[in-house]
Amino acid sequence: MNNIIVFCETDNGKLCDVSLELMTKGRDLAAQLSCDLEALLIGHNVACLAEELYAYGAKKVHLADDPRLEFFRTLPYAAITINLFKEERPQIALFGATSVGRDLAPRVSSALHSGLTADCTSLEIGDHTDKGKEYKNLLYQIRPAFGGNIIATIVNPECRPQMATVREGVMKKERLASPVAGTVSNVDVNRILMDSDFVVSIIERHIEEKKIDIKGAQIIVAGGFGVGSRENFQLIFDLAKVLGAEVGASRAAVDAGFADHARQIGQTGVTVRPKLFISCGISGQIQHTAGMDQSSMIISINSDPDAPIHKIADYAIVGDLNEVLPKMIKSYKKNSK
Amino acid sequence: MDKKFRIVVLAKQVPDTRNVGKDAMKEDGTVNRAALPAIFNPEDMNALEQALRIKDRIAGSEILLLTMGPTRAADIIREGMFRGADGGILLTDRKFAGSDTLATSYAISQAVRKLNPDIIIAGRQAIDGDTAQVGPQVAEKLNFPQITYAEEILEISEQKITVKRRLERGVEIVSSSLPVLVTVTATAPECRPRHAKQLMKYKHARTLSEEQTAGEGYMPIPEGYEYLRIPEWGFSEIGGEESGYGLAGSPTKVKKIENIILQAKESKKLSSSDEDIDTLIKELISSHTIG
Repeated sequence: MNNIIVFCETDNGKLCDVSLELMTKGRDLAAQLSCDLEALLIGHNVACLAEELYAYGAKKVHLADDPRLEFFRTLPYAAITINLFKEERPQIALFGATSVGRDLAPRVSSALHSGLTADCTSLEIGDHTDKGKEYKNLLYQIRPAFGGNIIATIVNPECRPQMATVREGVMKKERLASPVAGTVSNVDVNRILMDSDFVVSIIERHIEEKKIDIKGAQIIVAGGFGVGSRENFQLIFDLAKVLGAEVGASRAAVDAGFADHARQIGQTGVTVRPKLFISCGISGQIQHTAGMDQSSMIISINSDPDAPIHKIADYAIVGDLNEVLPKMIKSYKKNSK
Repeated sequence: MDKKFRIVVLAKQVPDTRNVGKDAMKEDGTVNRAALPAIFNPEDMNALEQALRIKDRIAGSEILLLTMGPTRAADIIREGMFRGADGGILLTDRKFAGSDTLATSYAISQAVRKLNPDIIIAGRQAIDGDTAQVGPQVAEKLNFPQITYAEEILEISEQKITVKRRLERGVEIVSSSLPVLVTVTATAPECRPRHAKQLMKYKHARTLSEEQTAGEGYMPIPEGYEYLRIPEWGFSEIGGEESGYGLAGSPTKVKKIENIILQAKESKKLSSSDEDIDTLIKELISSHTIG
C-alpha cells in the first residue's frame, strides 16, 4: 500500500529501456519516501522478466499475463491498471512517455481522477503549502512547457496516485549490484477483463528496428570532417549516448564515410531545430548551418578559432574535440543526478 | 444508403510557441505569451482533414468543431468552417478558467454528450502543453474506445472504423467499433486550404458575445441566416458537477514556473580546460537543457 508502481513496458519480449530508467528513478524516490518500489508488468509470456525487475529494485512485480495481452491495447491494459491502482493505492505511478504510456496513463488518470503530468524531465520529492494547508513529501513533477520557454513544477496535493510520464533517455538506468528479494503477485486477469475491453482489434503490425530520427531529437551531437575517421566518430556517439541525444553529421563527414547519409544535416540533408546542438569538428559552411542555425542553443567545438561555426554558437569552445568530448562526458556523469 | 456520420472535431486555439520572435520577448529574456500569435493547433488541423475526408466519402456527414477557450477562440471555429466544417460550438465560461487536462476533458465530454457524435477526432496534442492527455481522458469519460497516434482513417462503416496508427518505430492497423475517439498525429496529411465558397458563406459567422462587443455597425444575424450563429456553451448549457470544472476540478496544481532566459546570440568563448567544460555542463544541467 502507498508504494511506488512503475508501469513496465516490453518490446519483443524485453523490458524497454524507459521502464528500467523509471525503475531506477523510482528506487531513489522510494528510498526517500521509505516505501517500496513495485512494477506492473502486462503482456504474454513475460513472467521471466520479473528477475530483471528485481535487479532494478522491485520488491513486488504485479504480473498480468494472458494471450490477449500480448500487444498493447488501451482498454484491457487500462482496466488492469485501474483495478490494480484501486486495490494497491500507490502514492506514485510512473509511465514511459511512449506511444503506449501516453495512451494509457491519461485514460487511467481520468478513471481515477488523479493528476497526471506528461513528459517530466525531473522528478523530486518536496513539500507544498496550499491555502494554509501543509503537504509533506509530494512528487514534484518538473517539465518544460510552452514550447520549452518555461519550466513548470506541478504537484498533485490531494489525488492519488501522483502520476507522471517520462521520455526515454531522460533518467539514468542503473542495475543494483545485487537484486532485491522480490515476489510476483499474479493479477487475476479473467476477473477484471470483459468482452467490451476488446472492441479494438489489431489487424496488422509493422514494427521496424529503431530508425535514425534526427529530426525529432531534442539534443543533437553532430560531427564533421574534423572528427577524422569513422572510428573516431565513436566519440560523437559516446557523448550522444550519455546525453540521450541523436547523432548528426555534416556533408563532409558523410561524404568521407564517417557517418550514414540519414544523419546528414544541412541544405542537402535534413533541417533540425533541437533544444541543444553540439557541433564537433564542423567548420560551419552556410550549406550546413542552414540546416541547424535555428537550434535553441548551439555549442561549437573546433580547434580553429576562426571557424565560422563559432560565430553562430552560444558557446564556442576552441579546442581539440578528442580532448573536449571525453571531458564533457566525465563532467556530465559527475554532475547529473 | 450509406450511414451519415456525425463527427465532432476537438480543436484548440494555441499561442504559436514554435516561433518565438523578438517581438514576443520581454526585456528580461522571458516570453511575453500575450504577444504570440494565436493559431489553430497544428495537429487539430490534421484531425479536421481526416474528418473532411470522411465527409468527402460519405456525403451528408456532418462536422462540428468543438473548442474551449475565451471569446477570441471563435476564430478557429470560423477557420474550420472556411475549410469545410458545418459548424461549431465555443465552450466558454469563467467557471472553466484554470482547468488542467482533467477538468478540460470533463467540460469537453459534457458538451460532447449533447452532440451525440459517432466519431470524435482530435489532434494528438496541443503545442502549448504537449501533454496528449485530453483526447484519452475525454474518451474515458464517455466510455468510448480510443485510437491515438492515428495517421489515416482507412475505412469507416456503420459498424467499424479502421485506422492506421503511426508508432515510434512503425505502423499498426487497428479497427474499432463506433462510437470512437481518434487522435491524429502531425504525420497525417495536412489540412486542405480554405474554400472560397465556404469563406463567403461563413465569413460573418459569429458568437453572440462577439456581436455584443463589436459595437455599432454590427447587425444582428438576419432571419434565415441562423447558421451564422456560433453557439457559446457554458456551465448552464452543459451541466454536470460544478466542482468538476476549473481549478476546483483540477487535481494538478502549478507550484512554480521558471522562465527560461534566452540569451542574446553572443558567443561565449570557452577553452578546453577542465574548469571551462565543467562550468558549461553545470550550466546546461541547471537550465534543464540536458539531464
